[in-house]
Amino acid sequence: MAAHPANPTWRARMKWLMNNPLSKLLEYSFAHGVHPQEHKAGTMALSMQRMPFSSRYLVPVNQHLGAPSKPVVKVGDPVLRGQVIAEPGAFISTCLHSPVTGRVHAIDNRRYPGGMFSLSITIESDPYDTQRIPEHPRDWRHLTADQFVAEIQQAGIVGLGGAAFPSHVKYSIPEGQHIDHLLVNGAECEPYLTSDHRLMVERPDALLKGIEILLHNLGAKSATIGVETNKPDAIATLREHIGSDSQRIRVVPLRVKYPQGAEKMLIKSIFKQEVPAGGLPRDLGIIVNNVGSVVAIADWFERSMPLIERVVTVAGDGVAKPANLIVPVGTPLREVLRFCEGMQSDISQIVMGGPMMGTSVVSLDVPVLKGTSGILAFRKLQRTDSREYPCIRCGRCLEACPYFLNPSRLARLAKARLFAEMQSYSVGDCVECGSCTYSCPSGIPIVQLIRLAKSQLRQSGDTRE
Amino acid sequence: MNRGEPKLRLQASPLLRQQLTTRQAMLDVLLALMPATLAGIWFFGISALLVLSASILGAVVTEWLFSPAGYRGSRLNDYSALLTGLLLGLTLPPALPMWMAFLGGAVSIGLGKLIWGGLGQNLFNPALVGRAFLLATFPIAMTTWSAQSAPGEFFRIGSSTLAMPFMQPGYDGVTAATPLGLMKFERVSTDLWLLASGNSTGCIGETSGLLLILGAVYLLIRRDLDWRIPTGILVSVALFSALLLLSDPERYPGPLFSIFSGGLLLGALYMATDPVTSPLTPTGTWIFAVGIGLLIVLIRVFGGFPEGVMYAILLMNSATPLIDRYTQPRVFGKGGSSR
Repeated sequence: MAAHPANPTWRARMKWLMNNPLSKLLEYSFAHGVHPQEHKAGTMALSMQRMPFSSRYLVPVNQHLGAPSKPVVKVGDPVLRGQVIAEPGAFISTCLHSPVTGRVHAIDNRRYPGGMFSLSITIESDPYDTQRIPEHPRDWRHLTADQFVAEIQQAGIVGLGGAAFPSHVKYSIPEGQHIDHLLVNGAECEPYLTSDHRLMVERPDALLKGIEILLHNLGAKSATIGVETNKPDAIATLREHIGSDSQRIRVVPLRVKYPQGAEKMLIKSIFKQEVPAGGLPRDLGIIVNNVGSVVAIADWFERSMPLIERVVTVAGDGVAKPANLIVPVGTPLREVLRFCEGMQSDISQIVMGGPMMGTSVVSLDVPVLKGTSGILAFRKLQRTDSREYPCIRCGRCLEACPYFLNPSRLARLAKARLFAEMQSYSVGDCVECGSCTYSCPSGIPIVQLIRLAKSQLRQSGDTRE
Repeated sequence: MNRGEPKLRLQASPLLRQQLTTRQAMLDVLLALMPATLAGIWFFGISALLVLSASILGAVVTEWLFSPAGYRGSRLNDYSALLTGLLLGLTLPPALPMWMAFLGGAVSIGLGKLIWGGLGQNLFNPALVGRAFLLATFPIAMTTWSAQSAPGEFFRIGSSTLAMPFMQPGYDGVTAATPLGLMKFERVSTDLWLLASGNSTGCIGETSGLLLILGAVYLLIRRDLDWRIPTGILVSVALFSALLLLSDPERYPGPLFSIFSGGLLLGALYMATDPVTSPLTPTGTWIFAVGIGLLIVLIRVFGGFPEGVMYAILLMNSATPLIDRYTQPRVFGKGGSSR
């Protein structure tokens, strides 16, 4: 990383190293991976800030992995903030709630991040409403396993790290398996993003409450919070709040490396175990949750607050006022940019999520989703090297791939459209983290080619993963 | 109303790239070779410069001539032809006729690279293909070594350098045997310091071991060089020559002589490390490097030529696809031993 003393990230890191001389040795990590510039200095010290309510919200029904939710409101219906407006369409699906008190304006196909259209519920907020909803604690100590799963689905909680996988699915443990360990993911390895960082620093109590609820209901014995060492204040705050409970809950410093926050890499870093290919963390007795999701669980049981808002890092040179915003899910991108004084006409690229795995968007009318961890607005295209050289087999992608695949070979096969043959090179195990494309000096879009191959294989129904 | 609406561009993630480009990597190698190149010119005089220029010109002209019209600029722009020409030139005797050097450069690019499909597709190291062609076609010119230029003779151009194409060159300078030749045929060893500093007879770029190492250190710092290949070659050559030395100290040279003599450092640091023609996988890279080391010692000791670096690398180049096939990395979470 191009470190410079004027860079606060660098200073914070040096301070951490000074205070913990052996910390380099104590950092937990995995093999391979890449080191993109962190770019977190601009927002890492900014406190979370609540965004004022907008006049209109868009809630797409397929903003999580799995089946789309089914709307249960009609156009014209009055809705309350936090009221269920769509119910799960299947087990792997979740509830959607109205982000504001107001009226259902429309239920139709709207543009969705990534350029596609999705059935969306548009809600017009009531300008005269206080938008306060009654808060009351819910019982979490006397739930059966099935009741707990139903509660989480009811709260609409999904993985807030970006993938938006419904959390309750993780918590429904099949017969014969049991969970020993809860792993809380505070790595936040994507450049620019600081929303999890701020959550750990400003809401440690809620995070620990969520951990307690999860430990109790999953029957797990202990919890580990993994945090990259570029967030020393988060590590210190959490350790302080854990206090005497450190036998049960510990904070582990992680090396700053991408993709440290990928579920299987995190387990490898901390437990030195590999999740079997095609398997799940729970096969090892581990459940991994993002810090945002754990806080959302605490909010549901302590205040009956479903997942209707989240922390979003707004950064990049296209906004005058970068921020860590608490944004209602469904807020149009335009409103967020307006609030952060985005220099609209100058912006040439907007990314939802991080720059390594996020989606770039074509329209300012798309909404913030449950999985939107960041909104990055750039005045210049982030990747300008359109020039692609032939592969010179330098092997950098092999040394970057955390799954020990052979991206160079995969890209060659994909270019030759030999998709079936790619399966003998384990293309199905690729998680599309993009480390290969990042590391390629020839500018070959390796992960993009792999994505193409995977979707072709899915369409032909020929998947042996 | 849509005034001021930004024109948003879509790009598939990841949007970040590390800084190094293939073009920059080639430039780095060219830069790393500069000290040894300048030393070669210093030792062997202006003739050496002419030979180098001829081989580079041969390579670049061929690349330009046989590239599709629309791609000429961009193909030359990656500097790979320039690098191949320079590497070939460094492995040529300083008094080689220029036209032969030019022809060698043309063969390097034509038969060594373009015929395979261009950059990244070739099986053999292009510069060594060119050299093998020259050695097979002009065996006498390729093994006639001129001594280092005497003081005051830096600007003297040997008559052989300017020989007309397809005419037998006449040599007017002082010729001498290479350290490896002396060792093999007359059992005379050369002082190690003379070998390391470059004060000996040989190809233009191979004599100065220390300057070659200096360039490689630069490449290692820039992470342009796979450290496993030179390490594997140097360690295995040292090991195998030490074994031979133990068996008969009278007959065989020691490890340090083996490493610093002939084209070993040039080959180990700059030729075997050509990413295109070496294995992709870390395990494969070790097998490749040790194979080269073993072959070098075998050819030098038991073969008909005093030098074996070129054939050792070319032979292992041919094994690269096979090595790659059998050393695929162990996929995360798929059991078995970690490679």
